[in-house]
Amino acid sequence: MSAIPSGPRPKHLTIGRIGMYCFILTCALFFLMPLYVMIITSLKDMDEIRAANILNLPKELSFYSWPKAWSQACTGFVCEGLKPGFFNSIKITVPSVIVSVGLSAINGYALAFWRFKGAYFFFGLCMFGAFIPYQVMVYPLLKIEDALGIYSTLPGIILVHTIFGMPILTLIFRNFYTSLPIDLFKAARIDGGNFIKIFLYVIIPMSAPITIVAVILQVTGIWNDFLLGLVFAGRDNQPMTVQLNNIVQVDYGVAEYNVDMSATILTSLVPLFVYFISGRWFVRGIAAGAIKG
Amino acid sequence: MKNNVEVKNISFSYGKTEILKDLSLDIREGEFMVLLGPSGCGKTTLLNCIAGLLDLTDGQIWIEDDNVTWKEPKDRHIGMVFQSYALYPSMTVEKNLSFGLRMMNTPKNIINEKIDKAANLLQINELLKRKPSQLSGGQRQRVAIGRALVRDAKVFLFDEPLSNLDAKLRAELRYEIKKLHRDLSNTMIYVTHDQIEAMTLADRISVMKDGLIQQLDTPKQIYNKPANLFVAGFIGSPSMNFLKASCDKPNKKIIVGKKLIDISKYENINNLMNDQEVVFGIRPENINIEKNENSILCKVELVEPMGADTLVWTSVEGNPISIRLEGSSNFNLNDEINISFDINKSSIFDSKSEERI
Repeated sequence: MSAIPSGPRPKHLTIGRIGMYCFILTCALFFLMPLYVMIITSLKDMDEIRAANILNLPKELSFYSWPKAWSQACTGFVCEGLKPGFFNSIKITVPSVIVSVGLSAINGYALAFWRFKGAYFFFGLCMFGAFIPYQVMVYPLLKIEDALGIYSTLPGIILVHTIFGMPILTLIFRNFYTSLPIDLFKAARIDGGNFIKIFLYVIIPMSAPITIVAVILQVTGIWNDFLLGLVFAGRDNQPMTVQLNNIVQVDYGVAEYNVDMSATILTSLVPLFVYFISGRWFVRGIAAGAIKG
Repeated sequence: MKNNVEVKNISFSYGKTEILKDLSLDIREGEFMVLLGPSGCGKTTLLNCIAGLLDLTDGQIWIEDDNVTWKEPKDRHIGMVFQSYALYPSMTVEKNLSFGLRMMNTPKNIINEKIDKAANLLQINELLKRKPSQLSGGQRQRVAIGRALVRDAKVFLFDEPLSNLDAKLRAELRYEIKKLHRDLSNTMIYVTHDQIEAMTLADRISVMKDGLIQQLDTPKQIYNKPANLFVAGFIGSPSMNFLKASCDKPNKKIIVGKKLIDISKYENINNLMNDQEVVFGIRPENINIEKNENSILCKVELVEPMGADTLVWTSVEGNPISIRLEGSSNFNLNDEINISFDINKSSIFDSKSEERI
């Protein structure tokens, strides 16, 4: 009998752990490198950029590229910077997110609780829809919108984003709702709730985590979208991504790399911001389905 | 007596699996009816059908002379309590209680009155402002019962309401549900797999198996005169002892292996036939340790002291037999004992049809 436990004391820093840290660090550096280059390039003037020391810190900080990218850079023949694109993107994103998330929540609720005839078939269709590439549907959708007279309009692009967002969001909501105890729904039906009332008073108050996940997915997805914005938004409603492309792809004059970098960072700020404030919720929402309440 | 709930020849299937088959059940006004059976016997399905939460494949359901077969659950004047409590997590206890009334646009003063009454009855006044997550299991189930109470239901449905609680709380709430029924005298339908709950609460029990009602009777009758082997084995803990035997009618005896048991005192002895293969069933408390001309000599194989009484295990011709004796009785392993059966309290079943004779 000895007071000292047998066997070696467990080590906190093992070789495996060191290896893991090295790997994580390398990955972080790999992904941070472009961001570093973007930020320092946006803070250099053109003379310094032409000197071609891409990794060097700027000798003199110059901030002129940022306001220029925001309000003066030329996209095609118009020289108003990214500002109109930013507001267009907001005008597209906000309604698209609200409509698609709202409708998907109702769909998911109906699929999970009101097992109507053909619910499984519909569920299968959603699964299928979630995995069809956009490109396949662009042309038919364009013809449909043209026939409806909403092609190249704000409602047109909002409709497109809503349609493309709904299959995957419906799946997410449906899976979340099936993880809720079915007895709650039964109790609500006995208590006199109908389809709408149960949804409003019982289901929505419990939907916060999954709604946050859905909103994050949709905001970043729609904000980052380029193809649909280019095809469906029309000249007056071009989202920020399309304008960014126009700024970067110059056919004449000088390519102002510092302005390009500033414009790119500005465009990606919204999704970045969304991830930073909501990362915690995102993880919680994804995990929410796994835990019984 | 007037019937309050009538279940008429209902069937229910999930896809191709038939869960309830042409089942009928009449529940009298003010009756406490317990649906008892092992899991998968269809008792919860039957309750859900009565509540209107599942659509029948066939048949009708009547509540107070009203054919409610196609009515929505909310229009059936029922209150239901679930095993998982099913309290709305985002609402306070008060809001949980009043939800149904608010859905029916009941005036506020009436809502408050009813909540007060229910809260007093269930002693949950102090909990009204709390959320369900801040309550213990027992408190949650009280609130769930309260939610059914405020609705002034004609029929209360309980779906294994005590199964999630620990043994002590279960006994406490069982007592309170019984008291509630005494005070309110509403019709109550109660699903459980716990035979103690069934025995203590029920006016009548319907024992179910495979979607069929095996026996519908008072707890006493079901315990003492089980209709078939399944009911006999399911009710009672420790369960009834069974001995395979064949009948020797002329001598009024049954033969178990080499042993003879005199059944001249059995109530329905005239229904037995000579050489009929039977199963002799006797409850542990109906076996006495005494020596007489009919007693059988056997050895003590195991002793289980349970406080109030002691369970002694032995065997007759290879069949294990348990005997319930006084808690003070003192037996040791391998003691030789003479046992005799209380024939007028025993049951004899046909071994083919498994029905009681």
